Amino acid sequence: MCSDSWAHSRALYSVDMQKYEQSTTTNQHIHSMSFARYFLLALIVLGSTFGDVYLAKGMKLIGAISLNRWRELLFAPFNPYVAFGILLLMMFYISYLASLSWADLSYIMPATTFGYVLTALLAHFMLGEHIPLTRWIGILMSTAGVGFFTGGISLTVTPTPDGPTPNLEAQL
Amino acid sequence: MRHLGIVAKWLFIFLLVGLNSTGDMLTAKAMRRVGDFAELRRKSGIFGVARAVLTEPWFYLGLITMALSFFALLAALSLIDLSVVIPASASLTFLSNLLGAKFFLKEHVSRRRWISGLLVLGGIMLLRT
Repeated sequence: MCSDSWAHSRALYSVDMQKYEQSTTTNQHIHSMSFARYFLLALIVLGSTFGDVYLAKGMKLIGAISLNRWRELLFAPFNPYVAFGILLLMMFYISYLASLSWADLSYIMPATTFGYVLTALLAHFMLGEHIPLTRWIGILMSTAGVGFFTGGISLTVTPTPDGPTPNLEAQL
Repeated sequence: MRHLGIVAKWLFIFLLVGLNSTGDMLTAKAMRRVGDFAELRRKSGIFGVARAVLTEPWFYLGLITMALSFFALLAALSLIDLSVVIPASASLTFLSNLLGAKFFLKEHVSRRRWISGLLVLGGIMLLRT
């Protein structure tokens, strides 16, 4: 009887150790999002979209730059539209770096590509461009895709000899 | 505009996609090594965050690759039609990033992410019609 009880305890201990080892050697997945982090994702979309729009607007005002006018490129950032575009793209890049510090690349990607949808909507509502039915379907599909991914896990935590990467305590 | 042959055109697009994806993955790896910015700022302030980023070698590799991909895009736009370059590079970069995230960054690319990724990808392709 005593040896049965001992064997039972040992079996339970073995199962617990297996679970412990699995938890420390396999990746863990967590949902690390908060309101501020969703806001940062919005900054990525807005920064990249409006940055490109202002950059393009400024460069159109400057005109086509041929090889013999290459020096004019150096003065392009002094154009107010180009300068504002660069400022927005810097905002995009810093938000992108910050987002990658607490979320997976495969989680951030749909946010960065959502700018295409925003550009199409801006073209319709600000520039009065006609959007055919196929594009509206495209807008709906992309929006549904982004809506679907935001509810999922956002970070894969990998165990390393120096502790989990990135630091799990900071995320939970 | 000087036009390229079909093989040269697609080689150029694949070069652009390769640089885009490599830049994204190196930057993601750098930021994963740096750790959560909010936690870093709590511990060592905003200069601590800047120091952590600027002393990370993977960050510079990512930055250089992204700069190269920017110039490759400019070159591509002068050689290939815009209506071909943008949708082709955006959709192929999206797919190669998903594969890179799974196999290089060892991220958990769940079925949910594949479905949402494919929905966004399909949407982008329809937007370009």
